[in-house]
Amino acid sequence: MGVILEAVELKKTFPIKGWLGKTKGAVSAVHDVSFSLKEQSTIGIVGESGCGKSTLARLIMRLIEPDQGKVLFRGKDILTLSGAELQSVRKKIQMVFQNPYSSINPKLTIIDNVAFSLWENGVSKQEARKKANYYLEAVGLPRSYATRYPSSLSGGQRQRVAIARALVLEPEIIIADEAVSALDKSVQAQVLNLLQELKTEFSLSLVFISHDLNVVEYISDEVMVMYLGKVVEKGIANQIYETPNHPYTRALLNSVPSMEVGVSTLNNSPITGELPSPMNPPSGCRFRTRCPHAIEQCSNMYPPEIEIRTGQKVSCILYESSSREKVLL
Amino acid sequence: MITENTERINTATTILTRKEKEDSTTKKVIRVFCKNRIAFVSFIVLLIIIFSCLLAPLIAQYDPLEGEITDRLLVIGSEGHILGTDEQGRDMLTRILYGGRLSLLAGIVPVLIAGFIGSFLGIVAGYFGGILNTIIMRTLDIFYAFPAILLAIGISAALGQGINNIIIAISIVFIPPVARIAESAVKGVREEEFIEAAKSSGARNFSIIRYHIIMNVFSRLFVYCTTQISISLVLASGLSFLGLGVSPPNPEWGIMLNNLKQQIFINPLLTIIPGLFIFITALAINLVSDGLRDALEIKE
Repeated sequence: MGVILEAVELKKTFPIKGWLGKTKGAVSAVHDVSFSLKEQSTIGIVGESGCGKSTLARLIMRLIEPDQGKVLFRGKDILTLSGAELQSVRKKIQMVFQNPYSSINPKLTIIDNVAFSLWENGVSKQEARKKANYYLEAVGLPRSYATRYPSSLSGGQRQRVAIARALVLEPEIIIADEAVSALDKSVQAQVLNLLQELKTEFSLSLVFISHDLNVVEYISDEVMVMYLGKVVEKGIANQIYETPNHPYTRALLNSVPSMEVGVSTLNNSPITGELPSPMNPPSGCRFRTRCPHAIEQCSNMYPPEIEIRTGQKVSCILYESSSREKVLL
Repeated sequence: MITENTERINTATTILTRKEKEDSTTKKVIRVFCKNRIAFVSFIVLLIIIFSCLLAPLIAQYDPLEGEITDRLLVIGSEGHILGTDEQGRDMLTRILYGGRLSLLAGIVPVLIAGFIGSFLGIVAGYFGGILNTIIMRTLDIFYAFPAILLAIGISAALGQGINNIIIAISIVFIPPVARIAESAVKGVREEEFIEAAKSSGARNFSIIRYHIIMNVFSRLFVYCTTQISISLVLASGLSFLGLGVSPPNPEWGIMLNNLKQQIFINPLLTIIPGLFIFITALAINLVSDGLRDALEIKE
C-alpha cells in the first residue's frame, strides 16, 4: 500500500511573550517529528499530556503553521499550497476533536453543524442537508435528532455528530485527536468500533491520537510514542506492545493497570518525576531526567533513530552500543 | 455498496424545512418568556405606551403645541384634562403622548445604531485579534476617559440643538461598551473547537463569523442592547432637560420636565408626570430585557 500522508521533520516552537511583547522564551512543542501513514491504515500517536500530540495534529491540518518541515499528502507538500489548491486538499484531511462539548456549535442544529462544511464548499443548502442526513445515519444517530440542538445530546452522541461532520466532506484521512478521551468507557468502545467500521466502509486512513495505551493498541496498525515534542519510538503496534524498547515506552506500558487477576502492575516501576518544562527541555535525550537507565552520554546529544528490527525504530543511545541488555533487563 | 448508499440517501431525504425548525425554537422562547409574569406584564405595559404614542393623533383631543391660557396648571383629574394642563394650558396627556414619540425614538435609535456599529467593531476586533484588535479597542478606550453623560453633553453641545444631534451623541457614547462586550464574547467563542473544525473544512472567515460567531454572541449582545434602551431614554431626556435636545414648544418628556420644574411648588404632582413616564418606560424595558435574557438562555 502506498503512503498517503507523510510528515517530514516537523518543528514548532511557540514564543512566550513577556512584558511589552518581548520574547521571553519558547516552548518547543513539536521537534523534528516525522512519520508516514500508509493508505487505509491507522497510526496511533501516544504520549503524556503536553507532549505535543495535539500540536502535531494541528500542524498536519495546517491550523497552525509549522516553523519548518513538510507535510506531504500523496507526495504534495501541503504547506506550500494556497487558495483553491489548499482548499481541495483540506477537504481530504478532516479532524475529530477532543472535547465534544466544544467542538459542536450549540446554536446550529445537528444537521446544520454537519452540513455547514458542505455548503461552505459550494454545495447547495438542500443538497448539503441531504448528504448530512446520510452521514448522520452512517454514524448511527437516529434521524429524529437531525433538527435538534446539540444541548439535547450526550457526549457520545455529540462525538458521533463530530465524526459525521468530518466524514461529510468525504475525506481520505481522519485525524482523531483524543476523540474518545472525554467519553465513558462503554461509550468509548462504541465510538471506537464505529471508527473502525467507518474506516473500512469509506476506505479511510486514520491518525489516532490518544494518551490511552489500551485504546491505541486496539485501533492502531502502527504506533508512535512521543515524549516532550520528540518521537522516542515507533513501529508496528503489536511489536511495540510485545517488546517495548525505549525506556519511556516500557515505563508507559508498565503504568497501565492490568485487568488480570493476580497480576499486580503497581510494583512494576512506573515513571517517576514530573514532565520537564517544554520551555527548557533537558539537553540531549529529553527523557534522561526520568530515565532509570540514563548514562552520562545521554546529555550530550539527541540519540539518533536506530532501527531495531523491520518497522521498529527507537531513539535511545543505549541501543547504539553493546549496552542494549541493560535496558532489557 | 453503491446501491446501498443511494438507498440510504433516498431514505434520508425527508428533512424538515428551515421554516418549521425556526418556528419551534422561537415558540419555545416565547413560551418561556410568557411564563415569566413580571416580564410579560412589563411587555404589555410597554406595548400600550408605544402604541398610544404612535396613535397619539387618534387618542389625544387637543393640540400639543397650542394651549388655552385660561386653563393653565389644572390639577390631575380635571374635567377634560385627565392629567391636567401645563404652564401654558396645554393638555398634559396630549403632550405626553406626542412627547413619547420623540423620547422613544431617542431611546431606541441610538441603541440600534450603536448596536450595529459597536457589534461590528467588536466582532472584527475579537475575531481577527492582533494589531487590528489593538487599534480598534484602544481607540474606543479613549471614550472611557469621559463619564458617559458628560461625553453626551459635550458632543450634543458641539453638534448643536436638535433631536438628530442627541441621537448621534448618544450613539457615539454607546458604541464603546457594546464593542467591548462583543469583543470579549467573540474572544471566548473563537477558542472553541468548532471554529477550528470550520476552519479546517475550508470555510471563509465571513461564513465562520456569520454562522459560528454571531450565532453564539447574539443573545448576549441583544440582551445588553435592550438594557441600554432605558439608559438611552433617560440620557436623551436628560439632554433635553438641559436644553440640548428638542426645542420648545415641541413636546418631549425631558424638556417637559424641564419646563414644569418652575411649577414644582405650585403643582408638584403635575411636575412628576413626565418623570413618571420616563421611569415606567425605562423600568418596563429593563424587566422585559431581563425576561428575554432568561428565555434566550433556556433555548440553548
